[in-house]
Amino acid sequence: MLTRGVRFLNTAFAVAVAGTAVLPASGIRTAVPEHPDDKTIVHVLNRIGFGPAPGEVDWIRRVGLARYLDQQLEPERIVDSGVASRLSTLRTLQQSSRALAQGYFVPAMIERRRAKSVDVPAPGAAMDARPAPERATMMQEREVLAELAEQKILRAAYSERQLQEVMVDFWFNHFNVFAGKGATRIYLTEYERDAIRPNALGRFRTLLGAIAESPAMLFYLDNWESAAPEGSRPDDRRRIRPRRARPADAAQRVRGLNENYARELMELHTVGVDGGYTQHDVQEVARAFSGWTIAAPRQGGAFRFEPRMHDDGEKVVLGHRIRAGGGRSDGEQVLDILAAHPATARFVATKLVRRFVSDAPPAPLVERASAVYRETGGNIRDVVRAILTSPEFFAPDAYRAKVKTPFEFVVSAVRATASDAQNALPLVRATRELGMPLYYCQPPTGYADRADAWVNTGALLNRMNFAVALTTGDVRGVASSTGGAAPGVDAITRDVLADDVSAVTRSTVARATGPAQGIALLLGSPEFQRK
Amino acid sequence: MISRRIFLKNGGLALVSLGFAPAFVARAVASANARGQTLITIFQRGAVDGLNMIVPFAERDYYSSRPTLAIARPGSGADAALDLDGFFGFHPRLAPLAPYFAAGQLAVVHACGSPDGTRSHFDAQDYMETATPGVKSTSDGWLNRYLHARDHQAATPFRAVALAPQLPRALQGSEPALAIGQISDFGIRAAAGSRTTQSAFEDQYAAAASSVLHTTGREAFEAVRMLKAANPQQYMPANGAEYPRSAFGEALRQIAQLVKSDVGLEVAFAESGNWDHHANQGAGTGQLAGRLDDLARSIAALVTDLGDRMHDVVILTMSEFGRAVVENGSRGTDHGHGNAMMVLGGGVRGGHVYGRWPGLRPEQRYEGRDLAVTTDFRSVFTEVVRGHLGLTDTSSVFPSFSAGHPLGLF
Repeated sequence: MLTRGVRFLNTAFAVAVAGTAVLPASGIRTAVPEHPDDKTIVHVLNRIGFGPAPGEVDWIRRVGLARYLDQQLEPERIVDSGVASRLSTLRTLQQSSRALAQGYFVPAMIERRRAKSVDVPAPGAAMDARPAPERATMMQEREVLAELAEQKILRAAYSERQLQEVMVDFWFNHFNVFAGKGATRIYLTEYERDAIRPNALGRFRTLLGAIAESPAMLFYLDNWESAAPEGSRPDDRRRIRPRRARPADAAQRVRGLNENYARELMELHTVGVDGGYTQHDVQEVARAFSGWTIAAPRQGGAFRFEPRMHDDGEKVVLGHRIRAGGGRSDGEQVLDILAAHPATARFVATKLVRRFVSDAPPAPLVERASAVYRETGGNIRDVVRAILTSPEFFAPDAYRAKVKTPFEFVVSAVRATASDAQNALPLVRATRELGMPLYYCQPPTGYADRADAWVNTGALLNRMNFAVALTTGDVRGVASSTGGAAPGVDAITRDVLADDVSAVTRSTVARATGPAQGIALLLGSPEFQRK
Repeated sequence: MISRRIFLKNGGLALVSLGFAPAFVARAVASANARGQTLITIFQRGAVDGLNMIVPFAERDYYSSRPTLAIARPGSGADAALDLDGFFGFHPRLAPLAPYFAAGQLAVVHACGSPDGTRSHFDAQDYMETATPGVKSTSDGWLNRYLHARDHQAATPFRAVALAPQLPRALQGSEPALAIGQISDFGIRAAAGSRTTQSAFEDQYAAAASSVLHTTGREAFEAVRMLKAANPQQYMPANGAEYPRSAFGEALRQIAQLVKSDVGLEVAFAESGNWDHHANQGAGTGQLAGRLDDLARSIAALVTDLGDRMHDVVILTMSEFGRAVVENGSRGTDHGHGNAMMVLGGGVRGGHVYGRWPGLRPEQRYEGRDLAVTTDFRSVFTEVVRGHLGLTDTSSVFPSFSAGHPLGLF
């Protein structure tokens, strides 16, 4: 503990006073340049945030790049009142899952059932059209997810805590859940707000624990209905419930272990698919988490440990013995084992390096970031700091090495043009049309963080079309500037693209019929697709 | 054949004469000459009631289990089942498809489904589209893995197209695939400035240093020109085909356009929704009947429109699971297990209901309540990929699955 404290004091100190210094304790070099050029600052803004806004490069040069990075690593100390006022009209963001269920989801469900039981459209009628009363309640239900998605866009576009937003996005994606799966959507607001956001730069073990007992994850990966088989009563098995036979509604369906969470916990959340676990480990982990359930999921109920569903026998997970009779602590012990596992250090470090540096993560950096994870007991802030101050991060071959995801593209376009999104829903829609519907990524793997996943013919045309729509005022609710004169072609070329564009891009922009087309051509250009 | 040549003359060759060299036009010509096969997949999202779609009217338990929902035996009135083979019948609203069954072009596979018992729409659709039942972390879809397993010589941007706002799981993966809502909208939409904007973007991407953006950009603009030349706005269905004016009918109409434009379409995907009838499902008329009417008339229009081209086309329908044998207390059906699929088109040995019928008595059912699965849906996929698309080694498309003895669909 002492060495760690000393080392990170040193890091902060070193970063504050000198551009490059070797830290004696760990040998980690901070490669943050003292006198960064525009390309370097743009690179930093593209990677630790959602791209530069006009004027930001100059501002960071005045503040000092190292100091800016330090600030971003301590988001709780950054004043962020601008985004707070933009979010103030979104009523659902602070509500509990129970309140959201009562106010939105339960009425919608009742309305849906009622509508279905009275409306029998004639054959050939337009079946896609929903009857009116149902539509109104359905709209209300959708408002919750719409506000959540708006919030994500608004924070990414306008928060001063750019790194924090990147990390929230990163962890949500790492611990992906899908709004389309049943009751998961009731819990999404709470999931991001209470499980992910406070822990995004905290300790991995704390984050992992918050995820493990989040109803969103418990529902999405089915653990809420995972029960020790011997715990089920014999007469549970054959009973047929005509009205309530939909399994998602029936907590009392045929009982047994469900391995989904156990498997993904290891494969996707911690040690990775090559982390050395076996099918037997999956079963043991599933036994350990049996009884981790939700009290009344359709009503927005909370996490609950249900001893009657729990398998209380001894378990062996990755060679570690978990003694019989541990109850809820079985699952906590599994999380301890996994969070402390070297394979988890490597897996998490690899994903972070891929996110911040390159689709092909440089092995030496992954090694050093893993070491920081192990030495600090999984302190995410320290791992991220090691990556963001590394020579690999500032290396020329990392520059523009990644392609923006659709979400990053949309938000970076808003930032680049200093657009004012009074209504972020059109941007939510645009992100969906570009193939990345927010909170609607179906598989537990989350969205890919590699260029090849996002570059295809249709998607590329759609990006160009978004660029045109944004600059011609066709994205409703989004005005082209947040006040003052809207940045022009020259300002965007310099401040956002570091004056680093091809001769062809420069000449097509120069030939544009007006500023709107010029900016559209910049935002749709190959250069702006990269970060 | 005539329309194909006309397109190449008016479209492809015209582009060449304008100085563009769309590489894949030549490839498309080559693939057209090699009689490229097309697979059109239709996903009935929400779990269609297979027992009322393909009615086992000779089963006593069918009628005793569904007092208000059962489709009447053939010959008992306007809303009675249409006899297929003396045991099974079409729902009456599938009448537009009956001639294809009679002509031996349409086959049904019954009691077909997933080895995984999930009754969650989300999981079951996922498993069917990834074709890895029980495995959630599969990141790519089976259709994309098929494209990958195939050599890329004749690849065009229209190789795999979903007529949908988003790319379905089945088409996601390493191979490029397009999701198109409206093919007439495909291109740069910039009002008055469309042409200059498009050509400016085109110049930029031609000069892009990044090879992935360079290549994709070039293909995107080739694709735009190709579709423009095919002139989708002026499309007139052939042979008097009439598509229903529904989202699904419109999707199939656009698939027909793509097939007939010879843009190199190998795999198409369309979806039909609203099959989840927990309440007031209806029997010969009602909610399910309305959906089947839309399904059957759309497919029949597509087949009519494609005419002789159906020799090279197979249409495959699927739905994530079937519905419980016994109707529920709301005159609907709850989530079940086994279901029915339809396979229609060139080379299909139709006029037959395939699969071993497990029976509907309680002890014959899955978990005492649902139609049991006797044919893994991947067996049907495998036969289509082998028999129609001609890929013999399907091991990478359907990992850790061995199809066993084929049904003989082809």
